[in-house]
Amino acid sequence: MMHPTGRDPAWVATLYERMVLIRAFEEAAARLYEKGELPGFLHSSVGQEAVAVGATALLHSTDYITSTHRGHGHVLAKGVPPRAMFAELFGRETGTNRGKGGSMHVMDVAAGVLGANGIVGGGIPIAAGAALGIQMLGGERVVVAFFGDGALNTGAFHEAVNLASVWQLPAIFVCEHNGYAESTPSSAASRVDDIAVRAAAYGLPGFAVDGNDLFAVLDAVERAISRARQGEGPTLVQCATYRWYGHYIGDPGAYRSDEEVAAWRDRDPIVRVSAWLTEHATWDAEDEAVVRERVERKIGEAIDFGRASPRPAPESALADVYAAGASNEGARS
Amino acid sequence: MSDMTFRDALRLALAEELERDPTVMVLGEDVADPLGGSYRVTLGLSTRFGAQRIRNTPISETAIVGAGIGAALVGLRPVVEVMYMDFLELAMDQVVSQAAKARYMSGGQVRVPMVVRCQGGPGRAAAAQHSQLLEAWFAHVPGLKVVVPSTPADARGLLKSAIRDDNPVIFFESNLLYNVRGDVPQDDADTVTPLGTARLVREGTDITVVTWGAMVHDAIAAAEQAHARWGVSAEVLDLRTISPWDREAVLASFRKTGSAVVAHQAVRQGGVGAEIAATLYEEALDYADAEIARVGAAFAPTPFSPELERIVVPGVDQILDAIVTTQARRGG
Repeated sequence: MMHPTGRDPAWVATLYERMVLIRAFEEAAARLYEKGELPGFLHSSVGQEAVAVGATALLHSTDYITSTHRGHGHVLAKGVPPRAMFAELFGRETGTNRGKGGSMHVMDVAAGVLGANGIVGGGIPIAAGAALGIQMLGGERVVVAFFGDGALNTGAFHEAVNLASVWQLPAIFVCEHNGYAESTPSSAASRVDDIAVRAAAYGLPGFAVDGNDLFAVLDAVERAISRARQGEGPTLVQCATYRWYGHYIGDPGAYRSDEEVAAWRDRDPIVRVSAWLTEHATWDAEDEAVVRERVERKIGEAIDFGRASPRPAPESALADVYAAGASNEGARS
Repeated sequence: MSDMTFRDALRLALAEELERDPTVMVLGEDVADPLGGSYRVTLGLSTRFGAQRIRNTPISETAIVGAGIGAALVGLRPVVEVMYMDFLELAMDQVVSQAAKARYMSGGQVRVPMVVRCQGGPGRAAAAQHSQLLEAWFAHVPGLKVVVPSTPADARGLLKSAIRDDNPVIFFESNLLYNVRGDVPQDDADTVTPLGTARLVREGTDITVVTWGAMVHDAIAAAEQAHARWGVSAEVLDLRTISPWDREAVLASFRKTGSAVVAHQAVRQGGVGAEIAATLYEEALDYADAEIARVGAAFAPTPFSPELERIVVPGVDQILDAIVTTQARRGG
């Protein structure tokens, strides 16, 4: 049964569960981090789940994404298994990157994840390049590049979006605009608020949407994906959202007021989808409980898997610095 | 064999690989016809292979290299042209933190078969922003290969190997060499020069001169003068690949001659010569009959004035001085 919004409630329920999974993953990871079980840095995407899920919901497994230092949600939504993610966060051999990437650098090519990225803006040119590859090789695949508002003022963003526009590459540039680049508010970093203004500068369409509204994200990205698949070129989509926690777990967040954080928590993207399901489907407390229980079990198993996984073999420290092969050994002179 | 210029040999390599492998493409500033590259290396390729495979780009070094990485990740073999080695500075994140690390950080999931061609170097009154040799920077980065040909035959053979290699390769072409002529084997399109192997340019018994790129030609001249004037027999090795470099060939020559000069046009301080000299001391100290000499540019930006440039950038005379001085210290 299709709802008048054009979205099938049963499908929306699967997206809802994905959002709940991301939230549970992030909350569990933060707890482990605070207990000292996870090495390195941890950037939580709690509050931004509608962007991750909405922007990937209509992608195929053969489509690609690039992500950011705050990328757990994006890559989980694209289909990376939570157990491989947790194993990576624990720095284990069974992790997505065999313990060599960590939280900021999850890569899973089989799932279409060409890499989260520790460098702000660093993945955007690579996304354009993957879109170039698709254009050259043929087919209707697309690439979604995720980045934050902090990346909007990097040269990498400017150069890559311009290049993608010039070549009409099948790319969707999704700006997860959470208002802050670390501690600097976006208003102190640019005088241009409206993504359409920036998009016009590169000659491509730009849509600004409520990034805490799953359906708004879905609608905008659907248009962008359709354009990309039909060879009509790239699109910018700016999703206004908010990270509930600091820049990193442990950031006291003194640059934001309690009132501001509370106001955004009231706009919880997960609660909004839950309310929609209650209103538009035969969704009740029991369905909710089933989802929560299933997610909790999956996260619990994923953590157990990660924690119990073997540490990388010492010799792997020097493995894979280079690929051994060449496309064709050929005759050597 | 046919006689051709260094530039034509590079173009031949590109054409052969574009012909052989449909996933090879070229992108960079002004690479398409009618210009065919700022230094005409890609002249004719867009006419022959089409404007899709041979693409002009905006002046956007970060996006050019990033596009090469992304394309490589999904199955292409891009050859990226960055107009000057100096301009690689504009793409350092993509080269150093993205291309070089993708394979390792992903736990071996991906390959980045991309070549970044760039040219430049001193000797043409191009001043300090168009004369730098930065091979030491890139040799310092695990995951990159760094290749510097000195002859037309190696220009072709090494570029073909670089394109076929599954790793990101910085391929540096000295501008001074573009019009140098030499024999290039053309009998077999699969004849390549393997990366990581030095070339014995001139056999000798008294001293080893290790060098690469345009300086190979200076080293040959210096070796000939040393022989003619002082009877010194200098062996000249063209390193050809800076990373990974051919330690075995250099060590073998040093063990034979017992003394060495490492010479490069790049700035001496922190240069690749220091790495090679240190390796010889670590691995073959017992064979050393004299201190190992390093020849490199003075610690100054490259000046515009040709008179000043000759003071800063070393050439035949400095190599000759180093050979003679080192020989004088033998056994001392």
